Amino acid sequence: MQMEIEAAEDRLTARIKGELDHHSAAQARAQLDALIADKRIRELRLDLKGLTFMDSSGLGVILGRYRVIAGRGGKMSIGGASRSIERILRMAGIYALVDRMDI
Amino acid sequence: MNSNEMSITFPALSKNEAFARSVAAAFAVQLDPTIEELTDVRTAVSEAVTNAIIHGYSSRGGTVRMDCYTDGDIITIIVTDYGKGIADIEQAMQPFFTSAPDLERSGMGFCVMQAFMDSVEVASEPGKGTAVKMKKRISSVRADG
Repeated sequence: MQMEIEAAEDRLTARIKGELDHHSAAQARAQLDALIADKRIRELRLDLKGLTFMDSSGLGVILGRYRVIAGRGGKMSIGGASRSIERILRMAGIYALVDRMDI
Repeated sequence: MNSNEMSITFPALSKNEAFARSVAAAFAVQLDPTIEELTDVRTAVSEAVTNAIIHGYSSRGGTVRMDCYTDGDIITIIVTDYGKGIADIEQAMQPFFTSAPDLERSGMGFCVMQAFMDSVEVASEPGKGTAVKMKKRISSVRADG
């Protein structure tokens, strides 16, 4: 799992690449938490175009960060998920909380 | 030949999740699966192995066993741990149920296994361990196998 970050004013875009499973979730969580610790961040965008594998461990990473951002009145969006990852996101009802963006 | 089998055992370390799903996918390739079917198998195995590591052994280590079989166009994968077991299997399989909310577990592991495989059976005994048996028909198997 690798992450590329782009920050513009109050918006943070994280491009998550590689494989996101229980093993790499700890690192993804720590990296994202360090970035959104900045309370000025009101929008977190996750670009999953380069994510080649994700299991339900990724849901925990997404939902945990959503709680932080939503807790300060911000919003989160996700885009670029592969067919299989999209299926997992929908199964968990992620798009009831998070905007789906076209990338 | 349309039946085959293999088994591996490995320590319950999180870095072995990627190893286990890669091995299962490599074994499944002989059934000539589509990329999507291969991803389904990889995802389901990842869920089962992660459960063994986090829940079976409470992330304190142990041995995980994975048995894979092919019979015609069906692949069967059994992931076994010898850890603490599941007292209430029905509850454990409910969507969003997790015994580890503090670890940010989504409670969707069994749902993902059920969605990505054709059948999922769980046998467990508290104090003895858990075996998760998953089957999937690989639709693209060729008649000349």
